[in-house]
Amino acid sequence: MANDRWQWWYRLGSPRWFYQASGSWLPWLSVATALLFAVGLVWSLGIAPADARQGNSFRIIYVHVPASFLALAGYYVMAVAGAVGLIWKIKLADMVMVAAAPLGAALTFVALVSGALWGKPTWGTYWVWDARVTSMLVLLFLYLGVNALYQAFANREVAARACAILALVGTVNIPIIYKSVDWWYSLHQPATIKLTSAPSMHASMFQPLVVMILAFYCFYALVLILRVRAEILQREQRTTWVRELLEARS
Amino acid sequence: MLQFDSVNAFLHMGGHGPFVWSAYGITMVVMLWLLLAPLRRSRDMLRQVRRHQQRAPAQQVSAHAATEKSEVQR
Repeated sequence: MANDRWQWWYRLGSPRWFYQASGSWLPWLSVATALLFAVGLVWSLGIAPADARQGNSFRIIYVHVPASFLALAGYYVMAVAGAVGLIWKIKLADMVMVAAAPLGAALTFVALVSGALWGKPTWGTYWVWDARVTSMLVLLFLYLGVNALYQAFANREVAARACAILALVGTVNIPIIYKSVDWWYSLHQPATIKLTSAPSMHASMFQPLVVMILAFYCFYALVLILRVRAEILQREQRTTWVRELLEARS
Repeated sequence: MLQFDSVNAFLHMGGHGPFVWSAYGITMVVMLWLLLAPLRRSRDMLRQVRRHQQRAPAQQVSAHAATEKSEVQR
């Protein structure tokens, strides 16, 4: 009985099962991502009103906030996957961690660059060394560090263990990023969206933001799955199931 | 419903055009790269396996089947 209860957990950890199952999720996820971006982009660039004080530069929020959300959420994905791999020695979890690092780095980069481009017309400068911006830069270095550390080891299992520990230690930075706008005097505006209170934005500006955040979440899931699938193929290229996969295709 | 009455006004964005468009443009380039990189890697991987298969047809299958079984049990 205990066996049955845990079977799904082990099956989930099987790269082969994941490769086959995720293959059937991809079409749905791709369509959802494309639709959400189509609606979100038209809405945020053309239909949402310009901000009374910031004018049209405000539209940068629709890429800046979703990218920042996913840069942070992606860190949880990487750290939790790392912890699961560390504790239960599940290879798929290691692959998720490795796949999440460059993805998170790219989204943090987008958050920083779009923030800089928003900062110039709004604050009068591209860059300030304030708490929020600096802690996001630290996040970028953590992602890049995990990625570089993984590349530095020849042995995959040792590499995964080292990366998981670095990722877990780095989670200290996450509450600092969230709280930076409250703890330190900052040019950066406080959070626009909070779970505990109504958004500090008008609905006509807020609704497209929700669509864009959902679009970014779907995009994140899509790319993470694609990256894990590529990693699986590389690691399992000599197994029979990958050979059979090719035979079934041709 | 639309905020702009002409394509020019849309591109100009009330003087903020360069900032808005470069922010969206850079985001799009990064996202396209994120999407295409793993697809290309998977394709190359499958090609490599196929080439391997044609060169050495099914000679080591039994040994690989054994390693795979031990993985499933894990």
